[in-house]
Amino acid sequence: MSAGGQAAALDQKIGSGLKDRTKQALGDEFLRKAVAYTTDKLKTGRLQAMDMFGDWEAWRDRGKAIREHTINHLDYYLSQFADNVTKKGGNVYFCNGSSDAVSTFMEIADKQKAKLVAKGKSMVSEEIHLNHHLEQRNIEAIETDLGEYILQLAKETPSHLIIPAIHKNKQQIATLFTEASGQHFEPETKVLAEYARKKLRNYFLESDIGLTGCNFGVAETGSVTLVENEGNGRMVSTLPKVHVVVMGMERLVPTMEDLEVVLNMLARSATGQKLTTYTSLVTGPKRPEDLDGPEELHVIILDNGRSQQLGDPIFQEVLHCIRCAACLNVCPVYRHVGGHTYGTTYSGPIGAVLTPLIQQDMKEAGTLSYASSLCGACYEACPMKIPLHDMLVHLRHRKVKMKLTALPERIAFKSYQTVFGNITLFKLATKMGYYMQKPLVRGGMIKSGPPPISGWTQSRFLPMLPKKSFRDRWGDLQKELAAKNTAGARAKGGHAK
Amino acid sequence: MQVSLFITCLSDQMFPEVGESIVRILHDYGCEVDFPEGQTCCGQMAFNSGYQDEAREVAKTLIRAFEQSEYVVSPSGSCNGMIHHYYPHLFADDPVWKAKAEALIDKTYEFSQFLVQVLKVTDLGAQFPHKVTYHPSCHASRLLGIKEEPMQLLSSVKGVELVDLPAKEDCCGFGGTFSIKMPDMSEAMVCEKVANICSTGAEVLVGSDMGCLMSIGGRLNKEGQPIRVMHLAQLLEEGRKAK
Repeated sequence: MSAGGQAAALDQKIGSGLKDRTKQALGDEFLRKAVAYTTDKLKTGRLQAMDMFGDWEAWRDRGKAIREHTINHLDYYLSQFADNVTKKGGNVYFCNGSSDAVSTFMEIADKQKAKLVAKGKSMVSEEIHLNHHLEQRNIEAIETDLGEYILQLAKETPSHLIIPAIHKNKQQIATLFTEASGQHFEPETKVLAEYARKKLRNYFLESDIGLTGCNFGVAETGSVTLVENEGNGRMVSTLPKVHVVVMGMERLVPTMEDLEVVLNMLARSATGQKLTTYTSLVTGPKRPEDLDGPEELHVIILDNGRSQQLGDPIFQEVLHCIRCAACLNVCPVYRHVGGHTYGTTYSGPIGAVLTPLIQQDMKEAGTLSYASSLCGACYEACPMKIPLHDMLVHLRHRKVKMKLTALPERIAFKSYQTVFGNITLFKLATKMGYYMQKPLVRGGMIKSGPPPISGWTQSRFLPMLPKKSFRDRWGDLQKELAAKNTAGARAKGGHAK
Repeated sequence: MQVSLFITCLSDQMFPEVGESIVRILHDYGCEVDFPEGQTCCGQMAFNSGYQDEAREVAKTLIRAFEQSEYVVSPSGSCNGMIHHYYPHLFADDPVWKAKAEALIDKTYEFSQFLVQVLKVTDLGAQFPHKVTYHPSCHASRLLGIKEEPMQLLSSVKGVELVDLPAKEDCCGFGGTFSIKMPDMSEAMVCEKVANICSTGAEVLVGSDMGCLMSIGGRLNKEGQPIRVMHLAQLLEEGRKAK
């Protein structure tokens, strides 16, 4: 099955397959070491780059204000952006869903009689499973981002927003390259990168279409901004005759001045860089006076559930995301299970929030909201201050409201309301708890128990409930304090004499 | 100064000695401590699982219990985080209860926060000649911004050797119902936390939230690690007796 096919199949079981995928990931020592190693490095880099930038909290407020303003006036900026792209000689296509975006791309490809497409890194192209559709049309697509290229060889999908092959170590990559090329490779980064560079160079020259994503569209100029560190994005957007951009409808900033702020924050939050090695601004296709550049520029702007969030008091802010992946790098769940466990294009905390919203699927994708301890590390790291931890809780609420949680759980929380909402019942129930636990207690602790306690005891002991709760001890404590007061007063009195 | 103890359902039922330590310390600093009997739980358990209606009804019992209180102090950053961070949302559509919730928010403090910010003490004259490491709980530090207070209190203790916990800001894996609903993820997290704690060579692990400490302590017990687990209030009270 192709990588795209795998992704499409996974999408069916986002929620029901979550626990199995978790177990599989946790059993994969290579994956866990590789993910922890790289996320640790990115975390440290981010903190250093933030420090160097001065008052980071003030920058966060500024970044948030820019994104908030843009999303609040998205209709205006989209039309300004589209007008300016068109004025500069490009074509703009607004696509409602995945299939519209795919067929728009195919129409462009058909006109070119395209046989080969060179791809820069694009999560939106993953979202619409473009590679899978190209394969069905017998159009060869080559990923030119090193990480994506590795995954293409491995027939896998990205497991991280910016480091797609984060789950692979050098040895695994050397093996993949050895299998693909027939020549032997040692696990040395320099040698491996050198091979990929040479191999990919031909594709840039031979491709009929260069496809990229878009980090930010600048509304006032109609520019498409691409940030990357390998130079492949610049090659893909300049060498082939036709450049196609696929972008989410929310990825805009109003002005160049705003772009400066968000680019600084993106690079620092994503990789701990001040700026990425390559920052390209593509404004229209090749002009008559230009020496190079594509003859045609097509910009496909994808909605795919995004506009459904506009006006939502809780979830609109998810559109502020700039896909820096800082939330993935600090998430303790992501750290242990990696991106594929989420079973979706977008993983980590942002993926757990974004996926059910844009797919409008609370039943399966909504289950991802439970893949979080609600520790809030994602919010703390988010350069745009998106309250992902709150959104996760609100998604759980949405699941409850839609009656998509299990009946025993619903009964349990109704009982919780009844018992904890009434002090008499609470006291009675907690007293009963003391006696009911007794068959399970060994040496003052519960070391194993029936579900749901077994979920806890598989990794921890549970202390037993003491015979006297705090409220049972309160009377004695009061007496103790009163005696202390009396003794204190006596001592004082004695002293005065 | 009149202070009401918000014991939290977890400490009431599982760790009553934490409440006793808090009451004794506050009493020594001249607070008149009471315990409103009607309190049960802040509702977080239900709220975090998505059951907001159920949480709201339980939250009302808490608000009612503390209506007459001047100050409310609790041993948990997490339960206080629920009140401070989520009660405004929970009662957003009910002006009467929203006002009551806001009144509770204004007077509710976590233990270390109350000592440092309200009573303005950091040195409790405690002595504790042991190697100690501190786990900063996520909700205390991220929802309430309590980062300095516990460290100020701990570093003022005489004889204590405070060692930094590697990756201290990483969650311990408790997360309330998360630990039961996603036991494998939770296990991976608590195992790493415990490995980090053990790497410090500390004799004592201190924290400010019994949920996290129950989880970490439960893992330490299962692994047979001889590390003592204490709430900050317990360490301070024991250290004051020892002086």
